[in-house]
Amino acid sequence: MNVTVKYFAVCHEMLDRSEEEMELPEGATVGTILKRLEEEWPEIAEFYEVMQMSVNWEYATENTELTEGDEVALIPPVTGGCDV
Amino acid sequence: MFKITDEVITGAEVREAVEGPDAGAVVLFFGTVRNNTDGRAVKHLEYESYPPMAEKKMAEIAQEISEKWGIGRVAMIHRVGKLEIGEVSVAVAVASPHRKDGFEACKYAMDRLKQIVPIWKREVWADGEAEWVKPDAVFFDAPDMGKIPQ
Repeated sequence: MNVTVKYFAVCHEMLDRSEEEMELPEGATVGTILKRLEEEWPEIAEFYEVMQMSVNWEYATENTELTEGDEVALIPPVTGGCDV
Repeated sequence: MFKITDEVITGAEVREAVEGPDAGAVVLFFGTVRNNTDGRAVKHLEYESYPPMAEKKMAEIAQEISEKWGIGRVAMIHRVGKLEIGEVSVAVAVASPHRKDGFEACKYAMDRLKQIVPIWKREVWADGEAEWVKPDAVFFDAPDMGKIPQ
């Protein structure tokens, strides 16, 4: 199956791309994507503890199962608004 | 109204979105770009967002406010792109029958926005360096980021 993976802010910068199509085996989870990214860029694993993931605009875990056409995103810690 | 925009925020858009004859108070909050962070001079800020998810999460915060205070008139808008010192980055409007609930709900909306709405801030310093902002330690470590605080 194919899914779209989106990268924002610090992830976008580190991976040097904002999104990509990924072909995954049936039964793949969000964790499958995280492992694949770690192979390309081992340092990203350090960020996994503080990062969240989403599937189709909803927060997900690494165990969340994926289906064809899903939109997955790596969500670095959010920092919107203002510091007051 | 729950919106990510790259245009200037005036406040009129959120105020008009919550107006109604049953409101006795409209609380408006603006977040603005400050010229320093802990004393270090800021040149400007850059905001990035994941708009469809951000707007969905804003709507969920409004739903939480509806459940906690019975207030149905909440609007939020956040700007993305390059913002200069003094410009408005975020505006929240809450209309309520009485001011106490409105103030509380408006504060709650901003607290939740900073926890669950996917928006990221990059500080560009006056000395030319730039970095993505790390959140407060309290949010950074929170295992229950997506849950409603009691």
